Amino acid sequence: MAGLVPQFVVDIIDWVLGVFHSLPEWLQYLTVTTWKILFVMITVILLVAFSTYFERKVIGRMQARIGPNRVGPLGLGQPFADVLKLLIKEVIVPSQSSKFLFVIAPLLSLVPALAAWAVIPLNGKFVISNIDAGLLYVLALTSVGVYGVILAGWASNSKYALLGAMRSAAQIVAYEIAMGFALVGVLMASGSLNLGEIVRAQSGGVSHWFVLPLFPLFIVFWISGVAETNRAPFDVAEGESEIVAGFHVEYSGVAFALFFLAEYANMVLISTMTAIFFLGGWASPFAGWTFLYEIAWLSWLTVGGLPWLFAKMCFFMYTFFWLRATFPRYRYDQIMRLGWKILIPVTIIWIAVEGAMAWIQVGPWSELGA
Amino acid sequence: MMFQSVLFYVFAAMMLGAALGVVFSRNPVHAVMFLVLTFFQSAVLWLMVEVEFLAIVLVLVYVGAVMVLFLFVVMMLDVNIEAAKRGLTRYAPFGIAVALVMVIQLVQLIWARGQGVTSTGGFVATPEGYSNTKALGAVLYTEHVYAFEIAAVILLLAIVAAITLTMRKRPGLKLQNIAEQVAVQAKDRIRVVKMATEKKQ
Repeated sequence: MAGLVPQFVVDIIDWVLGVFHSLPEWLQYLTVTTWKILFVMITVILLVAFSTYFERKVIGRMQARIGPNRVGPLGLGQPFADVLKLLIKEVIVPSQSSKFLFVIAPLLSLVPALAAWAVIPLNGKFVISNIDAGLLYVLALTSVGVYGVILAGWASNSKYALLGAMRSAAQIVAYEIAMGFALVGVLMASGSLNLGEIVRAQSGGVSHWFVLPLFPLFIVFWISGVAETNRAPFDVAEGESEIVAGFHVEYSGVAFALFFLAEYANMVLISTMTAIFFLGGWASPFAGWTFLYEIAWLSWLTVGGLPWLFAKMCFFMYTFFWLRATFPRYRYDQIMRLGWKILIPVTIIWIAVEGAMAWIQVGPWSELGA
Repeated sequence: MMFQSVLFYVFAAMMLGAALGVVFSRNPVHAVMFLVLTFFQSAVLWLMVEVEFLAIVLVLVYVGAVMVLFLFVVMMLDVNIEAAKRGLTRYAPFGIAVALVMVIQLVQLIWARGQGVTSTGGFVATPEGYSNTKALGAVLYTEHVYAFEIAAVILLLAIVAAITLTMRKRPGLKLQNIAEQVAVQAKDRIRVVKMATEKKQ
């Protein structure tokens, strides 16, 4: 170590560590947690920035276009140019609007999307708060996000915005039920509400992932996730063909940027949650493949960690864009029919099937049936 | 402990303030938002006594679902503030009577506890690794399973009743038959007419 880094760097690190260890215990804890939070927040916001770029590239290619390629190398500066543009635009508060709620609505949709990361485990060790009821916490926070949309629609004092908010409220409440039921299946299989425990219950390679025994629930969860984030083909909340831009029609500048940020942060969150609940989170798909241990240059594949979670998350983000480029928007009554009459019955039937299998001791959860 | 007491009083004061906001705000949407804040504060108070399951379920069910529907209804109401004011003076005596009864009950409870009549032993921190959720589930599905299931049946009954009340057959109601829409073939909608080309005039 001494040869690789100059002496003064070592001294600085020693000094920082010395100061850190001299702090009282609660202050140490506070410092570490603050750094963890900052790390996760900055990562999520950067992910959001680059997923807007990724989306435009993916959809561009699917529509035989090139996508953004002017700002920076390969157009990678595009998200930052967009942010700068939005920041220097004027925020207009409509007259006769409820000013406080109008301003606070974008924050109400962004904060839950970021706060949910508190319980998401990124690898075997890193999680900001390792609480037992983590799954419920995530579910509670994703359901709170709808307030931002409803209040934005109402506080704008605009008919289009109110219509968008109405549609969105009905849609989110409907799909939340299916989502919750799908998660009941996950917690039955893992026997825990702790997200870390859920991932550990799926360790041992791709054959142990919940996506295989819980395939219908995985599909339901993913569809509900797309509906919860108001993304295409469920984006009636901002259906521009009939209600201009829906709930955020009156928003401009930074306030609009916050809605945009919230939507993408929610997408990243739903993608990560799907990976954690059904695809084994940070676990490697090749974990149980013993013959891989012997091949030196492939053995790294069997080690779980953040890169696996990141790869799974990216796959689902890609699926979001893929869906958007593929499907036309659902009609409102079709959305309601799909949510209430198809997804919810499917989840209830599969939970009953799972219960029966646990009862007769079949399947990966048989040891939990006792 | 000192720090926790300070936190308790801060959150309790915010909760009381929000609850007063529900009563005194003129605008029903603002009142609903104050109620949401009240729920959040009570969830925080529950978290402070380590009943995290109930606290999170309070947010999930009341804030995430019930209040959203509430807001949904309230937003569509055409609010007449004058009429609401007249209602206030008319119902004030009743409201005050209910409030008085509750105050008397609370005072009795606190006074009785001060006398040591019911010694609950105060708040005891739960041991490490104790899962609130598991403990609740173990009691709910064994000891109180009948009460739990009866509650579920009552809720189901309420749902059925609500749907029956609102599902009245209105004249001129238009419904879409999705199966029919899906089964539609091109030849049902489009008639391809073959005809000879006409000469240019």
